[in-house]
Amino acid sequence: MKIPKISVRALDKFYGKQERRVHALSKINLEVAAGEFVTLVGASGCGKSTLLRTIGGLEEYADGDILCNDVMVDGPGADRAMVFQSFSLYPWLTVSENIRFCRRLKYKRENLTSSDVEIASGRADALVELMGLDHVKHSYPAELSGGMQQRVAIARALMGKPDVLLMDEPFGALDAQTREVMHDLIRHVYLLEKTTVVFVTHDVEEAIYLGQRVVVMAPRPGRIDAIIKIPFDTSRQQDLKLTPEFNEIKRSILQRIRETSGIKTDLEQLAKLTRVG
Amino acid sequence: MQLEPLPRPASDSPVQLNFPRNRRTAWSVRGEISRSTRLALAVIGFLLPFIAWFVLSHSGLMEEVFMPTPMKVLQSAVDWWSDGNLVTDIFISIERIFGGFLLSAVIALPLGVMIGTYAPARALLEPLTDFSRYLPAVAFIPLIMLWVGIDESAKITVIFVGTFFQMVLMLAEDVARVPSPAIEAARTMGATNSEVVKHVILRAARPAMVDTLRSCMGLAWTYLVVAELVASNSGLGFSILKAQRFLHTDKIFAGILMIGLIGLITDQLFRWVHRAAFRWHYLRS
Repeated sequence: MKIPKISVRALDKFYGKQERRVHALSKINLEVAAGEFVTLVGASGCGKSTLLRTIGGLEEYADGDILCNDVMVDGPGADRAMVFQSFSLYPWLTVSENIRFCRRLKYKRENLTSSDVEIASGRADALVELMGLDHVKHSYPAELSGGMQQRVAIARALMGKPDVLLMDEPFGALDAQTREVMHDLIRHVYLLEKTTVVFVTHDVEEAIYLGQRVVVMAPRPGRIDAIIKIPFDTSRQQDLKLTPEFNEIKRSILQRIRETSGIKTDLEQLAKLTRVG
Repeated sequence: MQLEPLPRPASDSPVQLNFPRNRRTAWSVRGEISRSTRLALAVIGFLLPFIAWFVLSHSGLMEEVFMPTPMKVLQSAVDWWSDGNLVTDIFISIERIFGGFLLSAVIALPLGVMIGTYAPARALLEPLTDFSRYLPAVAFIPLIMLWVGIDESAKITVIFVGTFFQMVLMLAEDVARVPSPAIEAARTMGATNSEVVKHVILRAARPAMVDTLRSCMGLAWTYLVVAELVASNSGLGFSILKAQRFLHTDKIFAGILMIGLIGLITDQLFRWVHRAAFRWHYLRS
């Protein structure tokens, strides 16, 4: 059997102390195969971002195991590059310098041969090309639109050839039209780079369109509620979002999220209020 | 279903010169004014007090000892300069200011970075610094004279005490304001702790830190007169104190204006360096 890229076993995580303690993640079990695109979706407070950040090594965990390539995760590392929603680019570096940022770091410099340097610089150019950043590669991030900035962030994360790309609502701050473009771009990049991707979003449509598996999470305590295998093949196009099959999956996921996150009771209460009025 | 688009508006429709609507006046909240108006108002802001001073001092309502005329102040500055003392006074004062300021900066920079970056350093040093910030620098003068003596180092120490604690806290705040995703992104690219500090925190906080140094330079200038209370025989602050003793109000005015002018020049220099060094900071898409 092949070793999964990421393996989360019986992960428990708490925030705070004693009676103020919040059960952020409860008994999480999840395996992500090499080359798989997994999306985590759920209402706010369900722990999807926490789970992603814990896999990224940015959050402590006390109980359970997280393994990447069968090695225990203990802190962040270049094997698990992360893309954030915003404010992660370095505004004092140009686009091309941002993408090459990881090459300033020691672990990259130490075991480097001259042919590596050439390959790396070729890779940076290829990523610039792939992301459609050629015309802005000497610009600074502040001169770019939000969508273009996220392209830079993705290219920068891919530069170090990470085993897994962790994406924390990377398109959450973008407008709907730009987001559609980014969806097709990230799918294209994923098919080309053959990376493993774990992608967090609150947008169910996004989760289905991008993922091979959608992990639906529920709050209080943060847990995995359901895992849905998406039956569409890799060649997906925007119109897929309008098909009955797609909408059927969307409906069932939305229903689970409403049921588990308490949105339903809110609606009932609203109905009560209007009756009183 | 196929959407039927509406016909586009004809592009050659005649230009209509309507009376502008929804106009915001200059005094609406967050209203805007033209560049020329802004400049004119800035000049007026400077001129008004001078005109008031001119009128008041010439009206005879104020005695000349209390308020000398602008011409008299200018004359006193010219005399001061032709004595050959003004230039020396300016340079000795600048030396003291820069001495105290640089000493502050050299110690405050590493401390501020430590406090803003590492939780134990913050826990250890921030409460103490917060407290020390309120210690009156003036009251330290007798102690400084006992410990440091009465030569140049004493004057520099007064300015140091006046600026240092404020500077540490402001620098720590600048460092702490670097956005977390910028730091976390570096860590997930394999950066070590020291690399995060060197390649991300120090770079990201630099514009804010230079701005902090600029504010603290202003603070240092306000302590000049106090510093030159200590056994001085030269300097702008000392000259003001001496003029005070002989009720030479014209020279007091000249001294105060001179400090204001030099302060303004250093401030503008800092701003210029800021703009030149951090071009990326001023970019907008």
